[in-house]
Amino acid sequence: MKSLPITIDSVRKAYGSYVALDDVSLDVQAGEFLTLLGPSGSGKTTLLMALAGFVRPDSGKLLLGNRDITRLAPNKRDIGIVFQNYALFPHMNVLANVEYPLALRKTPKAQARQQALDTLARVKLEGLAKRNIAALSGGQRQRVALARAIVFEPRVMLMDEPLSALDRNLRETMQYEIRRLHDDLGITTIYVTHDQREALTMSDRVAVMNSGRIQQIDTPQQIYDRPSTRFVAEFMGEANILAPGSARTIDGGDASRETLMIRAESFHLDAKLVGRDGVALEARLCAKAFRGENWLLTLALDDGQEVLVCIPAALASGCAELAAGQRVTAYAPAEKVHAIPGAIA
Amino acid sequence: MLEAYPDNRLARILLWGFSALVMAFLMLPTLVVVPLSFSVSDLLEFPPRAYSLRWYENFFGSATWMAGLRTSLILGTLTAMVAVPLALLACISMNRLGGKAASAIQGVLLAPSIVPGILLAIGLFFVLAAQGLVGTLFGVLVGHVVLAIPVACIVLLPALARFDWNQVQAARSLGAGWATAVGGIIVPQLRISFLSATLMAFLTSLDESVISIFVASGHNSTLPKLMFLSLRDQIDPTIAAISTLWTAIVVVVVLIVTLRQKS
Repeated sequence: MKSLPITIDSVRKAYGSYVALDDVSLDVQAGEFLTLLGPSGSGKTTLLMALAGFVRPDSGKLLLGNRDITRLAPNKRDIGIVFQNYALFPHMNVLANVEYPLALRKTPKAQARQQALDTLARVKLEGLAKRNIAALSGGQRQRVALARAIVFEPRVMLMDEPLSALDRNLRETMQYEIRRLHDDLGITTIYVTHDQREALTMSDRVAVMNSGRIQQIDTPQQIYDRPSTRFVAEFMGEANILAPGSARTIDGGDASRETLMIRAESFHLDAKLVGRDGVALEARLCAKAFRGENWLLTLALDDGQEVLVCIPAALASGCAELAAGQRVTAYAPAEKVHAIPGAIA
Repeated sequence: MLEAYPDNRLARILLWGFSALVMAFLMLPTLVVVPLSFSVSDLLEFPPRAYSLRWYENFFGSATWMAGLRTSLILGTLTAMVAVPLALLACISMNRLGGKAASAIQGVLLAPSIVPGILLAIGLFFVLAAQGLVGTLFGVLVGHVVLAIPVACIVLLPALARFDWNQVQAARSLGAGWATAVGGIIVPQLRISFLSATLMAFLTSLDESVISIFVASGHNSTLPKLMFLSLRDQIDPTIAAISTLWTAIVVVVVLIVTLRQKS
C-alpha cells in the first residue's frame, strides 16, 4: 500500500469572531506519524476535521498527495478516521462494522469477509467477529474502530484523541499497538491528543498548537529539550523559565542575557558539576514533596522567582534531610540549559 | 412511595381506587357507544332493549360509507408516507442547526398543532381554493400532512437528540454519501421512534374531521366527515357501529406497536 503525503497550506477557519485556525501550514510526509498536540480549544481537532471534510476552511488548501481535497465530500476522501468515542454502529455486530466500508465500495461479499477477518486478526480481535458492540469492553471497541478505519486500505489515517476514554494501563498498551500498526502499514497518520507524554512516546514529529496556530513542529526530543516558545516549554512538562540575568554560570560568571528554560529534572543538588559548563542557582528551599520515583523541590530565588527541581529518588539521598528555609545551590549542565529565542520573561 | 410502605393496605386501596376512577372517566364515553352499536332500535338509546348486528350490516352494505372508509385509509397511509420523511429531514436539520434558528423553525413546524383547527381549515380552504384544489384528495392530503408533521416531529426530535452524530461522520468517512448514512445508520437505530411517528401520523389523518369538512367533497369525503354529516341529518346507530369498529382498530394497532416495542 502506498501512503500519501499531506499538505496543509495557509488554512484559516473562524466561527464569528473566534479564530479556530489562524493561517495554519503543515507538511506531513508520506508514512509519517505526526501528532497535533495542544490544550482544548487550540484548533487541533478543527484541523483534523478539516482534513476529514467535516469542517470547510474559510481559506487555504488541503492536499492529499497532489490532489486538492479542500472541497471534496468526506465520503470521497478515502481517509480512515478513528473518532474519540469510536462512533461504532451499535445496530451491527463487530464484523458488520468492519465490513461496512467494503460494502459501500461494492467489494465482492466473500472478499470483503476475508479482508474484514484479516483486519480483525491484525488488531487481535479474531473470535469476536459475531459479538455485539454493546458486549465489548472499551479496549475492544477501540480495536474495532481501528480495524474499521484501516480495512479499506486508506492512504491516510486520522485519529482524534482515540485513547482518552481508556484507563492508564490500557492506554499505554494501545499507544504501543497503534504505533506498531502504523509501522506495519506504513500509513500516513495524523494523531490528535492533549497528552504531551502520549505525543512524545508515539510520534515521529509533534506539532504543538495553541490558539489556532502551530507553535512549533519538531521531533519529540527537540520539542521537549529545545522549545521555541515559552508556551511550548511550559506545555511539555515541568519547565522553569528564568528571566534574563537571574542565573550565574557555575564558575561564577554572568549567565546569558536571554530567557532560559531549564527542565525541573535537569537540576542536580550536589556539586559534582563544579568545574564544568552550566548554570548554578542560589536559592532557598520553600517546599519539598516525595513523589515515589522522585523528589519535587520548590526553590525560591532571591528575586522571588520560583524554581521547581525534580531529583530522581535514586540520586536524592540528601533530600529527606533538607529543611524548608535552608539555602541550596542547584546546578544544571550547559546542554540542558536552553535559551528561548525571542521570549519575553 | 408504595415500595417504601408495602404494608400500607389503605394507601394501596386508595391509589387503585383513584386510578380506576380516572380510567373510568376517560374510557366510559368511548365505551358507551359499544352497546349502542348493537342495538335493534332505530334511535340511539341506552341501554338497548334488544341486540342485533343490523347497524354493522348497514355500514358494510353502504357504498357511501365504504367509499369514506377507503378514502380515510388511503389518506392516512399517504399522510404517514409524506409527513414522516419530511418530519425526519426537518428534525435532522433542526438538530444539526441548533440555537435560535432551530427554535424558530421548530416553532413554525409545531404551529399547526397549536393553532385552532378551524382557523387552519379556513386558511387552508382559501389557499387551496386559489389553486383550484378544493374537493381533491390532494388538497385534503396537504391539510393532513400539515397536521401530521408536528406530531411526527414531537416523536422524532427527542430520539434524534439522543442519537450519536459521530456515527454519521464515521459512516461518511468510511465512504457513505449523506443519504446512505441517514438511511443505513440513523433510520435503523431510530426504528421504534420511526414506527411510532408513522402510526401517530396515520392516526392523526384518520381522526381528522375539521379540515376534511372544509376541503373534502363528494367521493373524497373521509369517514369522520361522513359521520359528522350523518349526525347532522339524522341520529343513526350506524355512527355507533363505526365508532366501535374505529376504536377497536386503533386499540389493536396501538397494542401491536406497543408490544413490538417491548420485545
